Parts: sequence; C-alpha cells; structure tokens
Amino acid sequence: MQRTPLYEEHLKLGGRMVEFAGWEMPVQYSGVVAEHVAVRQEVGIFDVSHMGEIWVTGPDARSALEYLTCNKISSLYDGKAQYSALLNEKGGVVDDIIVYRFSAERFLLCVNASNADADFAWLLKHNKTSAVITNVSAEFGQIAIQGPKAAKLLELFVDPSEVAKLKYFHFHEAEILGAHVIVARTGYTGEDGFELFLPTAKTAEMWRAILDKGASLGVKPCGLGARDSLRLEAAYPLHGHELGEEISALESGLGWIVKLDRGEFLGQEALAKQKEAGAPRALVGFVLDEAGIARQGDLVAEAGKPETVIGAVTSGTKTPTVNVSLGMALVDSKYSAVDKPVSLVVRGRAISGHIVKLPFYRKPA
Amino acid sequence: MEFPSELKYTKEHEWVRVEGDTAVVGITEFAQSELGDLVFVDLPAVGKAVTQHGTMCVVESTKAASDVYSPLSGTVKEVNESLKDDPGLINNTPYTDGWIVKLSAFSAAEVAALLSADDYKKLLGK
Repeated sequence: MQRTPLYEEHLKLGGRMVEFAGWEMPVQYSGVVAEHVAVRQEVGIFDVSHMGEIWVTGPDARSALEYLTCNKISSLYDGKAQYSALLNEKGGVVDDIIVYRFSAERFLLCVNASNADADFAWLLKHNKTSAVITNVSAEFGQIAIQGPKAAKLLELFVDPSEVAKLKYFHFHEAEILGAHVIVARTGYTGEDGFELFLPTAKTAEMWRAILDKGASLGVKPCGLGARDSLRLEAAYPLHGHELGEEISALESGLGWIVKLDRGEFLGQEALAKQKEAGAPRALVGFVLDEAGIARQGDLVAEAGKPETVIGAVTSGTKTPTVNVSLGMALVDSKYSAVDKPVSLVVRGRAISGHIVKLPFYRKPA
Repeated sequence: MEFPSELKYTKEHEWVRVEGDTAVVGITEFAQSELGDLVFVDLPAVGKAVTQHGTMCVVESTKAASDVYSPLSGTVKEVNESLKDDPGLINNTPYTDGWIVKLSAFSAAEVAALLSADDYKKLLGK
C-alpha cells in the first residue's frame, strides 16, 4: 500500500487509517460528523496527496488535449483551470480530471488516485501528437483547504490581495515557507476553498504550519469520510460511483463539460449520436421519505412496485448538514423527472422516496 | 475505554445486561468507536424471533452499514425508540441510553457462556 508524505502526521493526529485506492489514508480524525460540519461552518484541511498529476507539454500540448479531453481546451488561458474528463470511444468516463493551463505549451492534469497509472497509460496510448506526457504524481503532495474561512486561512500564508485576485477555478504560483506552491481555487466539498500542490518533501511542514497558524480559525484536519459526505451533498460525481467506463458522460450528468461542437475528440461521435437519440439513463438525486439509507448498488424501482427495477443507487448516505437520507442513482431516463416517487430496495425492503433536483446543498451566496 | 464488569460480552462486540427475564443488548464502546458517528439504526420489529449470532439489526455510519448480531436466541420485546431520532446515543452512551433492543425468552445457559468483561478486554488486547 502507498503512503502520502503526510502519513506520519495522520498517525500523530489520531487519524483512523484505511485502504483507499491502494493508499493508506485517514477516514477520520475526530469524527466524520464534526469534520463535515467544520468544513460547512469554519474550515477543514484534507490530505489529497494521493491524487495524480500529469504534465502535458510541448508545442503540441494543446492539440493533444483537444483530442484527449472532452471540454474545450481553447477556452483556457494561463492561470485558468477547467473541469474535464477523459472519455473512451463509447463516451464512457475513463476519469474526470482538472486541467490547469500554465502556458500554451504547458498543462497540468490532476487525476484520481485510483486511476493515475491507468490514465497515464491511456494518454500515452491515445496521444497522436508529439506532445510530451509525464506522470509526476510522486513529485507532488496536495493539501485541500475548504470552508467559508478557507480564504482567511490562506491569507496567513499568502498576501491577502493575491488571495482576493484568485477567482474560482483559477490558480497561481506562490512561494510559501520557501517552497514553490501551486495554489488553485478549487475543491470537492461545495464550499469556497483551495487546493495546494506542493513538493512532496515540503508537504508535511506546510500541513503542520496550517494546523498551527490556523488554530485561531478553528481549522480541523478532515478525512475521507467527511470528504465523501461533503461531495455527495454538493452532488459532485465520484469515479467508481457516478462515473465509469460503462456510463456515458451524458448519462452521468457531465453533459455540461462535453463540448461536441468542435474538432475531433475521443467519445465525440458516440456522444453526438446519444445526444440526438436521447441518453437511455440519467443520473438523478433522490431523498427517502421513510427511515433508512439506500447505498451504492441498492435497486431503484417504480413507486410501490419493487419488482419493476428502473435503476440503481450510485452513492447514498444520511448527511450531517442536510440531515435527510439522500443519494444519487442512475435510472431509466423515462423515470428521471423531479418529484417522481420511487421505491428504494434496501435489504429486501422497499422504502419510498422521490427524485429531487441536484445538488442537495449549495453554499450560501 | 470502559467495559463494565457487570455486563456480558460477545466477540462480535455486543454487550448484554440481564434484568430479570429481560436481556438488554447494545454494542460496546470499542464497537461504536470503530464504526464512527452513527446516523441511522435499522431496528428490528418488536416480536421478531432472533437467533444467537444471527443478524439482529443494522447500524449505519455516513460511510457504511454494519450488522449487529444477536448475542442470544430470543424474542425482541422492546426496541430503543430514542435511536430513531438520535442514533448518536450509541456513540455517546453505549451502555446506558444507547441500548438497542430488549430480548425475552432467552436461555440462561447462553448468557452464562458469554464473555466476561475481562475475557472481552483480553480479546481486544487491552
């Protein structure tokens, strides 16, 4: 199992370590609920060093990414980040990624931990240009700072005017504690926040400094448990749950990042056809109207007819902020209308619920 | 961690307190700590017959659902209704307000064969 540069810090903080995507990661420190609430109300930090980083560089970098990713690379400019995905020929999602443009010839891709090696091999295999693709995952540690006080916390390390200038889905490079750091205003919690890309050797020092200096702001270390419940409330898809090679990008609700109307890219043809014909399945949100929790794999059925299966749950839980039992499911498109009553089959018992509009949580304006 | 000496325990981390012809059942402090914050308890129906080591109910954290096994064969006489609104009672007070079910029609021999607090602590290596 792999360990991040923060492994020792997690042990010192009493983190409960579990296996995740081949990595030994903290699922919680003080408790999932307290950590979840800290991010919604104050600020929390997460070790996301397990995420992968891949450089795509050279005069062909742009044209390579135009073909390899589904969003519109040409709309990026230096210092801008973009949510995108790698799609297979069927339009299924190999991985969802963030692309950072450093220059017209230099792009960084941030990819999921479980897919880093596979994504790298996939990019090499499908690259038809002379762009240079390098897997540098081992060189970076990553810390996410998330919550309404995230900017206040970052201001302890970065000039406040720089923090104010940094808009959502933008990044800049800074010198913090003598280390070269990429600071991106991105996250996976539904709150304001930042993701810091640091040299591996400097990650632990930065982590300790954030907890130390940020104590006055109530900063809490947060584990994968809170990360998952936070992203679910914000309805961010997770690979292996809402996203996968057998679920098309349109079905999984990624239609907004699939820019069909441009030059050729992987998955384009299949998705153009699917858009025309209508996607057979749709990702929906649901809440339960009775006690219970529906989890990944539980079947979704027509209301009152548990034998008429219309789909399956991709993620589900009862979350601390919203305090209702909720989840996302991939269902037959015919049944995807908001307010439609459904049955969730949990341990052989049908529980009534209904389809709701996503997300479940939106940060106060 | 506390493991009251007047209770009996199972290696699956349930506890039993016999009160006359009733056996009160819950999960241990160790179990609740391993499970993390509980957000839902799927309680059995009153009157349900349970068998020793069979699934008695399900407790759920934000992350996962876990079976709780019945430490004894018997009949569910009462369930802790307070857990419907506050499953965290199991986390906060696992041996008192966090009890889960009360069983009747159980055998004294099965109770006698359960672990003592010392046996259970040994099992945990504490």
